[in-house]
Amino acid sequence: MPTKVEKDAFTGTETTGHEWDGIKELDTPMPRWWLYTLYATILFAVIYMILYPAIPWLGEAGYTRGVLGFSQRVELEESMAEARSEQAVYLEKLEAASLEGMLDDPELVNFALAGGRTAFADNCVPCHGAGGAGGPGYPVLADDDWLWGGTLDDIYITLKHGIRWPGDEDTRDSAMPAFGSDELLDGAQINDVAEYVLALSGTGGDEAAAARGGAVYAENCAACHGDGGEGNREFGAPRLTDAIWLYGGDKQEVVETITKSRNGAMPAWKDRLDDSTVKQLAIYVHSLGGGE
Amino acid sequence: MSQTESYNEDVVRQFVVATMFWGIVGFLAGVYIAMQLAWPVFNLDLEWFSFGRLRPLHTSAVIFAFGGNALLGTSFYVVQRTCRASLFGGSGLAQFVFWGYQLFIVMAALGYVLGVTQGHEYAEPEWFVDIWLTVVWVAYLVAFMGTIVRRKEPHIYVANWFYLAFIVTVAVLHVVHSLSVPVSFLGAKSYSLFAGVQDALTQWWYGHNAVGFFLTAGFLGLMYYFIPKQVDRPIYSYRLSVVHFWSLIFLYIWAGPHHLLHTALPDWAQTLGVTFSIMLWMPSWGGMINGLMTISGAWDKLRTDPVLRFMVAGIGFYGMSTFEGPLMSIKAVNALSHYTDWTIGHVHSGTLGWVGFITFGAIYFLVPRLWGRDSLYSEKLVGTHFWVSTIGIVFYIVAMWVSGIMQGLMWKAYDSLGFLQYSFAETVDAMHPFYVIRMLGGLLYLIGALIMVYNLWRTVRGDVLRPVAAAA
Repeated sequence: MPTKVEKDAFTGTETTGHEWDGIKELDTPMPRWWLYTLYATILFAVIYMILYPAIPWLGEAGYTRGVLGFSQRVELEESMAEARSEQAVYLEKLEAASLEGMLDDPELVNFALAGGRTAFADNCVPCHGAGGAGGPGYPVLADDDWLWGGTLDDIYITLKHGIRWPGDEDTRDSAMPAFGSDELLDGAQINDVAEYVLALSGTGGDEAAAARGGAVYAENCAACHGDGGEGNREFGAPRLTDAIWLYGGDKQEVVETITKSRNGAMPAWKDRLDDSTVKQLAIYVHSLGGGE
Repeated sequence: MSQTESYNEDVVRQFVVATMFWGIVGFLAGVYIAMQLAWPVFNLDLEWFSFGRLRPLHTSAVIFAFGGNALLGTSFYVVQRTCRASLFGGSGLAQFVFWGYQLFIVMAALGYVLGVTQGHEYAEPEWFVDIWLTVVWVAYLVAFMGTIVRRKEPHIYVANWFYLAFIVTVAVLHVVHSLSVPVSFLGAKSYSLFAGVQDALTQWWYGHNAVGFFLTAGFLGLMYYFIPKQVDRPIYSYRLSVVHFWSLIFLYIWAGPHHLLHTALPDWAQTLGVTFSIMLWMPSWGGMINGLMTISGAWDKLRTDPVLRFMVAGIGFYGMSTFEGPLMSIKAVNALSHYTDWTIGHVHSGTLGWVGFITFGAIYFLVPRLWGRDSLYSEKLVGTHFWVSTIGIVFYIVAMWVSGIMQGLMWKAYDSLGFLQYSFAETVDAMHPFYVIRMLGGLLYLIGALIMVYNLWRTVRGDVLRPVAAAA
């Protein structure tokens, strides 16, 4: 409801003469500092637009480039190039050196360990755990129990081509049959051979079953895992005598492994990481505790 | 003057109840997903409870269900009184808007939990829900605009400018951003009309202005009515309200690209986002000044009036977040803050602090009046609510500042040989304690809101808590 312009007793400012549901308005001027700060931000914006790419549809580039000639892409390329050039001396050496030869150059090893640590943390830790501690289905990398070999070369090849990785012809490949699912062995035989396998590392219980399982083992398992269960790195066949289990060493889990087989896989990292990074990773993994 | 009886207060009462109901739902969902971030086991290995589905449930419940009902309800209350006209379209249109909006909320929420979404942040519902919302929104615009048209006041009050800007702009944002092509005639799935960086820019044009026009302009409208009513003082400066209104409306709509700094967005569009965000600082603060300075002459009421305390603290958080926003849109700052928890902290100081508190203040104002009670059940409980929530917010935003800045610094750390110092997993591990603190902050905020619900319920019942006479 329009009212008279009146003077507000507290501030001494006049009202505008409007009123809505009892709400009136003072006719206070805008605070100076507020107005000047607004102008300052507008000035900032104008200067910014002069310095940086700003106005579309103008200029050869399809937008005004700005006085500074700034480009986000160029900035990125430059900073990447700078980072690369700082590492170049090491990267060149890494490329030239043979894997075994590298170990003689402490500076290069130092560099590779630093790079390998980073690459490992971002790419390997999700499965193999921090520091290569391993987990169910993912081998410990910090011990000397190697499935496919623990020399620098072995590790490098495994990293590069992966394990049972489709699309890489040189991938580490082998397949344990699913003795139960494919009906190669019946339930009793699987039970017996599981007892036999557990007995190999001294963790079995049922000696009679283990004795029966010996024959099943010799016929079905020994070809890859060795007559005495010593394993075979050519097939990535684990040693069965050391009580180190990739998928768990309870009877139930061993039966599960024999019944369905496991055949875990690892990506071929050559598709995702450059060769120098794979080399760094090989040196880092080799250094974790079990390198041969 | 029209008689109070002719004002439609039924629908306002409904909106108040819906606001509190959805507020509790939204806060609860927020606490739950904060627990999921701290302890992933709370995902329960069930798709319907996974973070990815509950997170939009939380954001939509608090923004569109809690905030939306608060805006719709207060706007209907304010527009009738400041126009001295009953709601256009009568009870029928008002009821359609109310129930239509609740149906939208329920359909959206079911979509999130069941995985039927179009995957656009803050606009996840699929096309058929979008169309329904458009219908409801147009009905809302008609009811609001119609009331203004038949007003008995010569001028339109500033609160209504802000409400109208909110309604119109949200309509434009919603329609353009939701343009999509359904995959089949009867299927739920659709794909956005936009692709690549255009899609990203449309998304953040929408997303940022959802903040600008839903959470800022709309709630400024609310503030412009409830602050002067609560303190019984005139608005500080009419001229400031004119200038800050138009500058805010004009500048906000361009600032969206600051969500896409250092991305595939062309450099010139990034400049647009940066410069307009910087210029937005003072127009935003105009609202803060007008709100706070309106209280001058009545500052003593802060000591005795906990409802006013909510409103003032809300404006304080508003001022803080609208300073922080332009700061974070500066490229050098953004390079540190982007994709980190800092952004989450920033958003929550605005939503928990500003949107939440100004809404709580308005509802504490409204409930006794709408239900014809002389006073609230207990002013003391309002004070308790205030302190519990404020401590909750402080827990929340401080945890996110520390966590976010630490996260940004860890991402950017290099060792002496030029390799990244920390892996992603290590940064997540370092954030864990702050996630726990954040969850506790959210829990306090939820507890505060439950205290409020209890207080309001007793008020509606007509109870008054008489302070027991005792030595102070």
